[in-house]
Order: sequence, then C-alpha cells, then structure tokens
Amino acid sequence: MTTVALAPRVAEGARGRVTIRGLTKSFGATRVLRGVDLDIADGEFVTVLGPSGCGKSTLMRIIAGLERQDGGSVAIGGRAVDALRPDQRDIAMVFQSYALYPHLTVRDNIALPLRMRRLTFAQRLPLVGRLVPGVRPTERAIDEAVRRVAAVLQIEPLLARKPGQLSGGQKQRVAVGRAMVREPRVFLMDEPLSNLDAELRVHMRAEIAELHRALATTFIYVTHDQAEAMTMSDRVVVMMDGRPLQVAPPARIYDDPEDIRVARFVGSPRINVLPAAATGRGSLDMRGLELPFDADLAAGTAVQAAFRPGMATAVRGSDPSGLAGVLRHRENLGSDLFLHVALPGIEAPVVVRVDPTAVADFPVGEAVSVRVPPAHALVFDAAGARLRPRASAAMRRHG
Amino acid sequence: MRRPLGPVGAVLRHVVLMAGAAVMLAPFVWMVLTSFKPQAEILVAELRLLPTRWAAAENYATAMTRVPMLRFLVNGAVVTAAIFVLQVLVNLPCAYALAKLRFRGRGVMFAVVLLCLLIPHHVVAIPIYILFHQVGLLDSYAALVLPFAISVFGIFLMRQFFMTVPNDLIDAARIDGLGEFGIVWRIMLPTAVPAITAFGIFSVVAHWNDYFWPLIVVGSEELYTPPLGVAFFRLNDQGTEYGPLMAAATIVILPLVAAFLVAQRRFIEGITFTGMKN
Repeated sequence: MTTVALAPRVAEGARGRVTIRGLTKSFGATRVLRGVDLDIADGEFVTVLGPSGCGKSTLMRIIAGLERQDGGSVAIGGRAVDALRPDQRDIAMVFQSYALYPHLTVRDNIALPLRMRRLTFAQRLPLVGRLVPGVRPTERAIDEAVRRVAAVLQIEPLLARKPGQLSGGQKQRVAVGRAMVREPRVFLMDEPLSNLDAELRVHMRAEIAELHRALATTFIYVTHDQAEAMTMSDRVVVMMDGRPLQVAPPARIYDDPEDIRVARFVGSPRINVLPAAATGRGSLDMRGLELPFDADLAAGTAVQAAFRPGMATAVRGSDPSGLAGVLRHRENLGSDLFLHVALPGIEAPVVVRVDPTAVADFPVGEAVSVRVPPAHALVFDAAGARLRPRASAAMRRHG
Repeated sequence: MRRPLGPVGAVLRHVVLMAGAAVMLAPFVWMVLTSFKPQAEILVAELRLLPTRWAAAENYATAMTRVPMLRFLVNGAVVTAAIFVLQVLVNLPCAYALAKLRFRGRGVMFAVVLLCLLIPHHVVAIPIYILFHQVGLLDSYAALVLPFAISVFGIFLMRQFFMTVPNDLIDAARIDGLGEFGIVWRIMLPTAVPAITAFGIFSVVAHWNDYFWPLIVVGSEELYTPPLGVAFFRLNDQGTEYGPLMAAATIVILPLVAAFLVAQRRFIEGITFTGMKN
C-alpha cells in the first residue's frame, strides 16, 4: 500500500460531512447515549475513543443505520439519513471480526456490494442471471473495480481464496477492500485492529492512515486503544458514559484535557492526580507545596491537581521543593525508567519518568522527592472539570 | 482429565462395540440372506445361514415385477425430496427470524416452537386427515408432502445454528445492500450447509421409511411409497411370501445405504453436530 493508484475523489465539499445532533439511545433502562452532538468535516479522520460500554459502538451503529436512535438526527453529506436503510446511506463499514462471507472467495466478497447495487434482482439470480441482457458489461466493470482495489491493497494473489485460508492481517485488508470498492462517502471502522497481534497492529495503523490520505474520504474510527486514536486521527472524540467529553486534535487531548476523566483515560502510564486546596491568594496548596495558580477560588476550595509522569522530575533524598515519598518500585522499559513513589496517606503511587541511565541513583526503598513544575500541572475542580488560571484563560479567549 | 486406555481397555472397548454392532446388524443380515432363499427353506425349523438352493433371482424378480416397485421408489424419491425442499424453504426464514431479528413476541413464538416439538405427529394425524378429506386432498402427492412441509424440529435445529452465526456478518450484509430474504438465502443458507445436511439426513431417512402416514392417506397404488410396496407382499391371498418380501425390503433400503456410503463422512458429522440420533 505504499503507492496508491486510486485518484482522490473530486472535491464536492460536503460529500462526506457528518452532522450529529442530540443523539440519544437507551437499551431498556440503560441509557447508552445521552445526547451526542458532533460535526465531522468532509475528509476528516475522527476517532471515537472510550472505554468499553461508553456507547461508542452504538454511536457508530446508529450512523451506519444498523441501530435506530431514540432521539436526535444524523445527516451525511448534508442530507438527513435517519429514515434510510444502511445501504442507502452511502457508507461502508469495517468490523472488528472482519465479517467476511465465509462461503465466498475474496473476489466475490469484495464484489458483493457492487453486485447488489449495479445488478438487478433477475441479473443476480444464480445460473439464469448470466442470461439476462446487460450482465456481461456490468460484471466486467465490477471485476475491474475489484481488481483496482486489490491492487491498492496488494491482495491480488488472494482473490481466488476463501476467507478461511487467510491470516488475520489478510482478512483485515479484504474487509477494507470490500469497504473501499463502493467508494462510500464515509468509512466506519469498528475496532478494526483489535484482533491483530501487536506488531501487525502498529503496521496496519500506518496503512490505514495512509489509505485515509490517499482516499481523502471521511473516516470515523471507533477504538478503545489510545495509541490508535493518537497516531491516526485528525481529531479525537473522547467518549464516556454516553457523552463526548472532549473533541479535539490528539495533542490537545493529551496536553490540554477538559475533564479529569479525559486526562486519566489518555496517557500511559496514567496521569498522577493529587488532592489540593486553594489558598485564596492565587495559589494552591498541594501537600504543603505551594503551586502558583491564579484563579477565582475561595480559600479552602478542594481541587485536584494532576501532572503527567513525564512532566515531573525526581531527586533522591528529601527536598523541600518536592513531594517527599519512598520509592516503591522501578519499571525500566529501556527507553524510559518509571519510578513509583509512595506518598504517605495517598493510596496510588505517583509515577515519575526519569532517564534510564539514572537507574543506579534510585534504589528501591529509599526516600525520593518529586518536583512538579507549576506550568505543567493541570487543575480540575472537585467534579472533574478543568480549571484554568486567569492569565491563560484570557489568552485563550483572545487567541 | 482423560487417561489413555491401556491395551486391555482398548481391546475391551472394541469387543463391546463390535458386540453392539453385531446386534444391530443381525436383522439386516438375516433379511438379506432370507431374500436369497426359496419359501420352503425359509420356513424350515433349523437355523441355516446360507441357502442350499439359491432363489435370489426369483425373489428379486418377483419383488420387481409383482408390484411396480420402480414406481414406488420414484414416488418415494419425489415425496422425500419435495418434503425436504419445502422444509428448507420454510425453516430457514423462520429460524433466521427467531435467531436474529428483534420483534415483539419472539420469545413467545420460540416457546411455541419448542412446545410443538413435544407433540408426536400421530396425535395430529387424525385432525390433519379430516382436514385433508374436507379440502379433497386425500390420496394425492400433496397429502403425502404437505403435512411435513413445516418441521418444528428443523426450525429449532436451524435456529440453534443461526444463533452461532456472528451478528457482524448480518450487519455487513445489510450495509452491502442485501435485504432480509437476501441474507437468508445468500448468506445464512451457504454458512448453514453442515446444519442443513444434518437436518436433511433426519428428514430423508424419516420420510423415506415412513409407513404410518402414507398408509392412511393414500389408497391408489400408483401413489404408494416404498414401505407400502414392501407391505404389499405381506398377507396377500397366498399368505406371506417371505422371499420376495425380504427382497423388496432390501431394495427399499438400498438407496439409503448407498447414500450413506457416499456421504458417510457428512453423515457422521451431521450426527455429531446435532449431538442426537433418532
């Protein structure tokens, strides 16, 4: 898939635009979607990221028309599709299980969506269909389309095989091919890489991103894997409890989360969260350390201060400008060394990334201090919403 | 947790199995041997395996000529095939709906299907007979075929199989533009071939061998199915002619045996697939 022969589609502006308004869905008493609003631009790669059960798959199935929403609407290319069957919505979907037809060859699997659209009922009949006028040229055109897609995906040698004879990665390509051949307005991908081994997953990540660049079609990609979301997307929708918490480019999701649940879900190892309290004089008190934080907070207001393992630094011994703790555990990943520092009275250890060459400086069981640069601390209110210092809030308003 | 059997166990297992096989096979062997013997030898008191005078040619000639046996065999083939085709046409959509579509009353309908499994067809034989009499269908191919067109066992079996078909496959078909009937015939039918084969074996064996229902609804000889043809040799005016009777019985089971030998592997797969046998 290094060279792509498919010409990008002629820009029609709104062709692949997806607009979602007030979408709700319940299964029995369980509210799966609680009002989802989303605008996806034509040609955008949007990943819906969230833990299992957050409603992301249901959202995708409603966009596809496989599930009917209780309220709200979906428009594709500026046209409401709520009353349309899945095949009338001009979308294609790649499933986690690939969902290839086991009794058909790869060629027939890819050709099926075209046969259903371009051939009449009589022409599709087994045996006698061949005799109906007009079948031959159509079949030739379909065969040509299948061949083109197979060439792009480099699966030409597999066309005569059945899905049972393919490896996971090959099935994945065939499933993508079946979606591509229709030249849909929107590609929907439901955790398409989850069934692949780790190495192939990384490889397919790059291939899908490249395919998106080549096709310039809207991609909506559902996953629980933050690495997939961060590496491929133009924008990420972090979903939790049936609601999108934040919709932003991957870097913003990571650096500038709007909600503590987003901050916790994205990033590995997880972000450190410590209780803190406002001092009432433009700073926070975090376990005796004073963090400058200029916001309208009454003295004593409980907040949560968070910082990523890579943002803090650790020094051996006790240091008055750091949080004093004891090194409980070291994780050396070769490229990074993670220190798990237990702070008295806090259940979860604070994780700090240090240079792996410094491993000898940090014996397990010794006292360690964690320094948190105030600029890198993220502050959330007790309910989890992001709090911003006054200056940067003003900057954001003007910028 | 299974320990391999020792040599003694292996031998013992085969002895037990072979004894069982011998018990099952003995009547068939006796039937075939009897079909080779003249009437006088069949009725002698002593037990003799092979005939002293071979009468195979006469017995089989009688079986084929006294009654239109070929016609009966063709009837049997037509009726069994028609029943099986109709059963598939009815069962697959029903099973698909019960397994994969969500609609009000699905649970109740499935419960009704299970309930019908409990009713032996002899119980409904009389009502169906009266119904067929009233619509004037008695003594016809329709009378032989229609009562079996809907098989609750088949619906149940196919439903259980369809439950194992991933939903993604059906969703993919919907996105690719197949309607619900298209899904049944183009996707579910090909994936369900093992289950349909298993069901086909039960259906064909049961209806090829069925004696009860053809006996009560068919009067004309040209509609007789093979088992009725066999019975023809019993209790006619010269008493029972055992030689031709056994020859006829052998002829009747021959197609099933041939089919079994051809499709032996599928047959065993089918039995193990359903985990049950008749």
